[in-house]
Amino acid sequence: MENLFYTLQDFYTHTKGVTYVLMVGILVSIAFFWKFLAGNDDD
Amino acid sequence: MSDHAATNGRPLLTPFNIVAGIIVVVGLILTVLRFTGGLAATTNLDDYNPWGLWIGFDLLVGVALAAGGYVTSAACYIFGMKRFHSAVRPAVLTGFLGYALVVVALHYDVGRPWRLPYPFIMQQGTTSLLFEVGACVALYLTVLFLECTPVAFEWLGWKKARALAVKMTMVLTIFGVILSTLHQSSLGALFLIAPSKLHPLWYSGYLPVYFFVSSIIAGLSMVIFEGTLSHRAFHDKMDAVHLEERDGVVLGFAKAASLVLAGYFFIKVVGISADNNWHYLGTGYGAWFLVEMIGFVMLPSILYAVGRRDKNIPLIKWTAAWTVLGVIVNRFNVSMIAFNYHLPASDRYFPHWMEIAISVFIVTVGVLIFRWIVTRMPIFYEHPDYQDSH
Amino acid sequence: MSISRRKFLGWMGVAGAGSLVGRSAKAAGNKHFTGHPESMGVLYDSTLCIGCRQCEAGCNQVNQLPPPEKPFDDLKVLDTTRRTDAKTYTVINRYTPATGDKPVFRKIQCNHCLEPACASACFVRAFTKTETGAVTYDASVCVGCRYCMVACPFEIPAYEYDAALDPEITKCTMCYPRVSKGLLPGCVDTCPMEALTFGKRDDLLKIAHERIRKYPDRYVDHVYGEKEMGGTSWLYLSGVPFKQVGMREDLGVTPAPSLTAGALGAVPMVVGLWPVLLTGVYAISKRKDKIEQQEKAAAVETAKEQTQSQADAKLTEALAQAEKDKDAAVEKAVAAALEEAARKQEEAAQKAEADSSASDDPASGDSGATPSEEES
Repeated sequence: MENLFYTLQDFYTHTKGVTYVLMVGILVSIAFFWKFLAGNDDD
Repeated sequence: MSDHAATNGRPLLTPFNIVAGIIVVVGLILTVLRFTGGLAATTNLDDYNPWGLWIGFDLLVGVALAAGGYVTSAACYIFGMKRFHSAVRPAVLTGFLGYALVVVALHYDVGRPWRLPYPFIMQQGTTSLLFEVGACVALYLTVLFLECTPVAFEWLGWKKARALAVKMTMVLTIFGVILSTLHQSSLGALFLIAPSKLHPLWYSGYLPVYFFVSSIIAGLSMVIFEGTLSHRAFHDKMDAVHLEERDGVVLGFAKAASLVLAGYFFIKVVGISADNNWHYLGTGYGAWFLVEMIGFVMLPSILYAVGRRDKNIPLIKWTAAWTVLGVIVNRFNVSMIAFNYHLPASDRYFPHWMEIAISVFIVTVGVLIFRWIVTRMPIFYEHPDYQDSH
Repeated sequence: MSISRRKFLGWMGVAGAGSLVGRSAKAAGNKHFTGHPESMGVLYDSTLCIGCRQCEAGCNQVNQLPPPEKPFDDLKVLDTTRRTDAKTYTVINRYTPATGDKPVFRKIQCNHCLEPACASACFVRAFTKTETGAVTYDASVCVGCRYCMVACPFEIPAYEYDAALDPEITKCTMCYPRVSKGLLPGCVDTCPMEALTFGKRDDLLKIAHERIRKYPDRYVDHVYGEKEMGGTSWLYLSGVPFKQVGMREDLGVTPAPSLTAGALGAVPMVVGLWPVLLTGVYAISKRKDKIEQQEKAAAVETAKEQTQSQADAKLTEALAQAEKDKDAAVEKAVAAALEEAARKQEEAAQKAEADSSASDDPASGDSGATPSEEES
């Protein structure tokens, strides 16, 4: 029951923590995706 | 290289050096006092006023005025305004030094400075805006450092390292703009947690947006202002391209600053309306708020516009200095003047002279490092080996 | 009617055994948060308080705080308004209300918010809203940034400004260690007037409202702390408006974490969309540059072509002229060659006649024509 939160504060601590991890993932993947997307543009 | 690094001929005992030397000596003595006697020995902070000048000026103003780095590099590299290229290096260097000194200043303010990495390595207070500010400032300081490395590599003559660093320019610039957006706005959002302490005219749900937009204004104005000072001090270090592009940079940045100031003015009005705070405008705080809004936002917006239309470079330069002052006033209002507005005068805060002295000391150190670097490294001129490589 | 603190001591035993770890159905889910189930609180009834400062003494003793400058039985201290500081977790202040000359008292200490602003603000999670209701502080991770002090709407946390290298935040712990052992908080334990009641917050709320209902003339019809800043574990009853005893009535009912939720929610949006926007702008400006370059190149090409065609025309003309000249020369040469050939043939014929044999030498005529052919 890790989804049981008694306080808003605990709930936010958890969800914002997950969000921070996601944000790192987003920044890394967008860089690679852009490379894939525009990789052969230089002619 | 040696012909540019002409520092040998400078006399050592100039008035500037003497004043700077005194400030540094006083600063070092006060540093010892701070780390032996605690904040009680050096500041006027108390339990009602936990944040004073070292947060209001060193952190909030420092970060805002160091915004020139991301603003200029974004304009040049992302928006493709190549004519601003010669302004990028001084702006990025100023930004890097600004952020580095903000971090140094924080060591004075927090209780246990060696624990500053704790939020990242011990426990993450993810609901705290300060966590977000800390993470972004740490990352952005790294980005600015990397953005400055080509300068050092050119100076050292490391061609391969320089080529690698230059390759990262785009990624670093985009990353820098993201991080700047986040922490510039989060500095304003720090105060969202205290609606009962910050005067309603300055407290708004839009605080993060206000701080972000005004950081752009601060960045643009700082580039003009700092460029003016550099021109006086380091004219001999500037190459033809830098001098030639200089007026274009001033005019272009004045145009941008005027426009952003106008937008900032409008969203501030919307903020007053959104919280129905009109009636506060008739109070004493209201008068001070109007001074900020009309004197430091509307007026510079108009002056910048006039200066640009008339190609009046001196007017633009004075306006830039005025706008920088306006940003300082705004940050002081939010963090000190309009903060704790509900307390009786006896419980209010006014900085101790030692707090002011430490802040002056840190700014002086920044200027000295800046001078040391620009008299040695290719900041105001392009290194002859890499002239067409951008 | 007041509840005996001995009785609550008994209740506490029960609470410690079971309900503190119990879960109630309404606490689950992530839409609405009602706090730790059956958490404790303290009700302060200021109409019962006589300002004897015994609670201050009790607090000082159980928390092993440094001795005060003036002894706790010195009531002259009440002449000045005080606040919590690094050496004091709780203080009693005396106020003279606008109506009536009888002084009223008010106790200050951490209110132990249900959703603490200090916990929301702390970037190392040094503050915890515990299952007992107490908000505790962990000095072992504290950096000393004092953002909790900025955040606290009740201005409770204090700081050891004197400490050069190891300053800590100090504040009431609602005697978390004692309560965990089944004991009463120090201040509640020492109050001789039973102005302080310790118990489950839900029960305390009922008691408070019951007192107001029973004695409407004695109380202001408001339980301070029931809703302020999303609710606090400490609750207050007063005979005069709370504003007159230095308590802010303009704090609102929004729990602290909600104040910053919007700004924090915008962060991942910036992270997700800024790269898209910025690389987009970059791509557009780069493309604009490229098109500009292409156009420039095209313009240069056209200009080049124009010059080229002009040059070509001239060249053609010149060549034509040269051709003509050459043709003339060739004709001349051919004529000469033919003449020569004819002459040679004649000579040859004459020779052949003389030698009576046939011979042929066309090379001289061919070689004369070849260079001009190759050139054209």
